[in-house]
Amino acid sequence: MPETLVLDGVGVRYGGVIALDAVSLAVAPGATLGLIGPNGAGKTTLINAVTGIAPLASGTIALGERRLNGLPPHRIARAGIARTYQNIRLFGALDVRTNLAAGAFAQPGAMSEEAARRLLERAGIPDLDLAALASALPYGDQRRLEIARALAAQPSILMLDEPAAGMNPAETARLVETIRAIANAGIGVLLIEHDMTLVRAACDHVVVLNFGEVLARGTPAEIARDPAVIEAYLGTTESIA
Amino acid sequence: MTFFVQFYAQHSRLLDEIGINALLALSLSVSLQAGQLALAQAGFAGIAAYVSAIASMQYHWPLFASILLAVACSTLVAALLAYPVRRLRGIFLAIATVGFGEIVRVIVNNLSITGGAEGLSGIPNDVNTGIIYGSLAVVAIALFGLARTKFALAVALTREDEAAARGVGVDTGLVRFASLALGGAIAGLAGALYAHAFYFLAPADFGFPRMEEILVWCVIGGVTSPIGAVAGAAFLSILPEIIRGLADFREITNGIILLVVILFAPSGLSVLWRARRATVPRDA
Repeated sequence: MPETLVLDGVGVRYGGVIALDAVSLAVAPGATLGLIGPNGAGKTTLINAVTGIAPLASGTIALGERRLNGLPPHRIARAGIARTYQNIRLFGALDVRTNLAAGAFAQPGAMSEEAARRLLERAGIPDLDLAALASALPYGDQRRLEIARALAAQPSILMLDEPAAGMNPAETARLVETIRAIANAGIGVLLIEHDMTLVRAACDHVVVLNFGEVLARGTPAEIARDPAVIEAYLGTTESIA
Repeated sequence: MTFFVQFYAQHSRLLDEIGINALLALSLSVSLQAGQLALAQAGFAGIAAYVSAIASMQYHWPLFASILLAVACSTLVAALLAYPVRRLRGIFLAIATVGFGEIVRVIVNNLSITGGAEGLSGIPNDVNTGIIYGSLAVVAIALFGLARTKFALAVALTREDEAAARGVGVDTGLVRFASLALGGAIAGLAGALYAHAFYFLAPADFGFPRMEEILVWCVIGGVTSPIGAVAGAAFLSILPEIIRGLADFREITNGIILLVVILFAPSGLSVLWRARRATVPRDA
């Protein structure tokens, strides 16, 4: 049963550097929340905080009734939080099937070939050879395999860290369909992305981070018109028209 | 039949040595498969060898009770060692565990109960080739069974990418702890068998050169392949017998072989064999 991810006043510090400051947001089941902002704004740090990699200096993170902060990363993953990485982190020396089985590590039983095929289909790569080494796959397929691996965990929340990086427009368009289908299945999606076309097409709401703080929040259309966001991140209004 | 009897009479010691070395190689392979360059196997084997020898010589424990006690001790020590080294990786873990091995050697060298630098002699010679290979078979079957469990998947994921493994729900700390303790248990079994097969122990039997030998067996066979580790141990144990002229240059020979394997087959000889098998047509 998917649950809502709630961040309340989350702060992360690295020594004297404030990476995140009092960030609050929620990702509901079936919703897609975009997280945008300039490089260094704290987007990936936020994902790292949710997954237990970056310790919190303040605030709380909860999935439904369960508090996540303070739990080790593997227990947060088992609670229903799955992610992909900005720099792909597949198990490169292992084959596609084992990578999918890795995603389902916390699930009981072994993964059948049929279940593996279904996951690949959901990620938009139905014809991928299950015996192929992950590191030998084309870049776009690796990105999608990482999504399939995350889906194998049957998560409540899926966090995608720049999934369209390096993809061409056609691949990005197909990615929009994939993300929508994932959300339609009841999974809450937190999407970090610089490609505003993708964000506008896939997200219901957007949170803008700047210097670790929430600069703005709203629908993609509202964000695109926000003067503070335009000045800090989007540039001119013409560039996003 | 006569041939086998004669062969065994001539080579029983070598066969015993191969079996024990295979166990030591498996013990290191367990750690290497989890991505841990933990070089304490000689130390674990040494602890178990002395515990088993002392239990049987001074307290007259029966063989199997002595071996069980020895394996329990080496497993416990390995588990305890896993805690202080839990944050160390790669070369730092290697250095720390080599240091542990040297501490064991120095302690054994200075205790009266272990016979000091002169070692222990007159250990009951109760272990024969059958017991050694029976033990090897039990360990191999257990590891084979383990290879089909989620623990084996967790071990592989921890080796490949610890952060990503945690991200899919693997308790990598537990995997590292369990693999070091399991390696300690297998090394302990090898050490206890060694004590009772060769009835003499000296601190130098379990020093750094021994650890280096175990590492070479695994690297030559393939660091992620238990079968490769056993094959590497068997090959380098037999080699001095095949090339008798090189018997006095064992460490140099090992070094040269290691260099050649690292240069031309860095994943070990077992990988070459697997690659060759994969390229042979099915109807060949």
